[in-house]
Amino acid sequence: MSLRLDPRADASIGLRLAVSFASGLVALLIVAIPVMAAGGNPFSAYLLMAQGAFGSMFALSETLNRATPLILTGLAAAIAFRARLWNIGAEGQLYMGALAAVLVGSGFLQLPPALMIPAIMIAGFLAGGLMMVVPTILKQRFGADEVVITLLLNFVVILFVQMLIEGPLKDPLAMGWPQSVPLLAEARFDKLIPRLRTHWGLLVGLLAAILLWLMVRKTVLGFEIKAVGENKAAARFAGIPVDGTMLKVALISGGLAGLAGVGEVAGVKFYLSADLSPGFGYSGIVVAMLAGLSPIGSVLAAIFIAAVFVGADSMSRATGISSYIADLVVALSLLCVLVGSFFLRFRLILDNRKAEA
Amino acid sequence: MDVMLDIFGSANFWAAAIRIATPLIFGVLGALICERAGVLNLGIEGIFVAGAMAGWLAVYLGAGLWGGVLVAALAGAMFGLLHAVLTVILGLSQHVSGIGITLLATSVSYFTYRTALPSVTSPPRIVPFQPVTIPGLTDIPFIGPALFSQTPLTWLAVALVALVAFVLYRTPLGLAIRAVGDNPASVEAQGLSVRGLRIGAIVAGSALMALGGAFLTMSAFDAFFFGMVNGRGWICIALVVFASWQPGKALLGALLFGAFDAFQIRLQAEIGQVVPGQVFLMLPYLLSILALVLVARKADYPRALLQPWTKGQRH
Repeated sequence: MSLRLDPRADASIGLRLAVSFASGLVALLIVAIPVMAAGGNPFSAYLLMAQGAFGSMFALSETLNRATPLILTGLAAAIAFRARLWNIGAEGQLYMGALAAVLVGSGFLQLPPALMIPAIMIAGFLAGGLMMVVPTILKQRFGADEVVITLLLNFVVILFVQMLIEGPLKDPLAMGWPQSVPLLAEARFDKLIPRLRTHWGLLVGLLAAILLWLMVRKTVLGFEIKAVGENKAAARFAGIPVDGTMLKVALISGGLAGLAGVGEVAGVKFYLSADLSPGFGYSGIVVAMLAGLSPIGSVLAAIFIAAVFVGADSMSRATGISSYIADLVVALSLLCVLVGSFFLRFRLILDNRKAEA
Repeated sequence: MDVMLDIFGSANFWAAAIRIATPLIFGVLGALICERAGVLNLGIEGIFVAGAMAGWLAVYLGAGLWGGVLVAALAGAMFGLLHAVLTVILGLSQHVSGIGITLLATSVSYFTYRTALPSVTSPPRIVPFQPVTIPGLTDIPFIGPALFSQTPLTWLAVALVALVAFVLYRTPLGLAIRAVGDNPASVEAQGLSVRGLRIGAIVAGSALMALGGAFLTMSAFDAFFFGMVNGRGWICIALVVFASWQPGKALLGALLFGAFDAFQIRLQAEIGQVVPGQVFLMLPYLLSILALVLVARKADYPRALLQPWTKGQRH
């Protein structure tokens, strides 16, 4: 009797869902160890986390508010990874999107809300997209690895934003805090429910997920992305404009991350600061992987990751256990889903026959 | 022009350049070993954090400084082993695994620090490594204070460059490691284990990366801060390409980078009133990008980099 691995042709949707759910669950189970090491009881800690994330309208609103940028950065990673374009720069693209929104929406243009909102969204999309198009061109022209460049650009962008909010964009009324001038009232997203923080950005995220799903499924570009992602050489041989497809993917991917930044300034903060994003760009990678790069799955995965962060904050306040527990769950989810992908590619078979000679 | 002369003529400047280069030397060497064996290790940024935290914490809890160095190396080796299991044994995406290791190592470090020291407001300090002064040599004008004011970890880094170069180019083990990243089938034909060599290289390389982090908390500073690694790991990944995967050039690249960084810090002091400070802080990252773009076309990547290996596989 022996164990053997057989390659699988295509994993069923059920199996893929099972792998994603199991990954989140296993990550939570492993994190019971550090919770105990910190002197906590895992059961009550998880209960507090669940209550903190879903236990009231306020909690649910906070979770959805946190999920909003994660849906968009998750989609940004999902679309790029589908084409095997390694966009690890969503964090920087998010800040560029937020910056563009502030540049356009804080007094530079005087427009009614019906025009102002689209204007800041287009500006944010283009700014974020450009931040990914440039590394993609560098990759195509010079063969420079986009992974390292997008990673390094995250640091450059944050410094650039700091420079502007301490300089020309600094709000003189902010009591010396380094933050930008605020968005005009016309450039702000309405709340979905009065007195709760969830805003229209959530609908932007959901709409983006549906559009991306349709694009992947129904359009020529979706087909081209699939072909490029599976085998670049074969795609080129089949006459698919590989470089052009990659540039479109880069624009969409960076643009989605840029929209995440627009949502954070227009829906939550109303001004730009250097602490706008607690790593939404990096968490987006985890969202996309947990979702198996599916656009609709990204929405669910984003809500899961958001719930972990919001729940951990609330649990931390009650128990004193460090809220970095959330980052542990997120990191472990990524590694678990990666291991899970192994079982999507291979079937574990218990072989009862004698090994053939 | 006078400003330039003042800067380059000062021994302090060169001492700072070497100090800034030291963690990068460890990091580039570590990344180089992994990549020479055919595996990209994007866990480097998190492994830096883990080495910085683990080494510092060990010393804070009473281990000696060298005990702390050992703990840091072990922490790095452990995360390296995890990366090896995922990428070499299971053959999973090296990109995703590396990002996952970085997220995990960073969050484990931050969580451990917060849990071990829940109520500190200002970061506690340790007594870090002190400069090695060599009577006679330290007193040589200019060269003395520049070279002989460094701590033991800097000398360890330089010694490791020589050691890694020797092992890679002068021993059968080094030949096997280089071959495993270029043409694994040839290694298997020799009856050697491709996976074993790769796992060993990743574990050793990751231990070196962690020493880069340990230098930050045990030599350059005397405390652990959140966010203190600040992209140094990613810079190392760019420097490896710049160094064409050669230890000697890696040392040179790290020193050039250190000199540039030390220069921008001093330039900032001279003309900081005119140009915002962030412009200077951006320069190291932009320089890394520029270096990568310039050398990428002719870069001689290890041919089997990013390619998993299954036993008995043919091309």
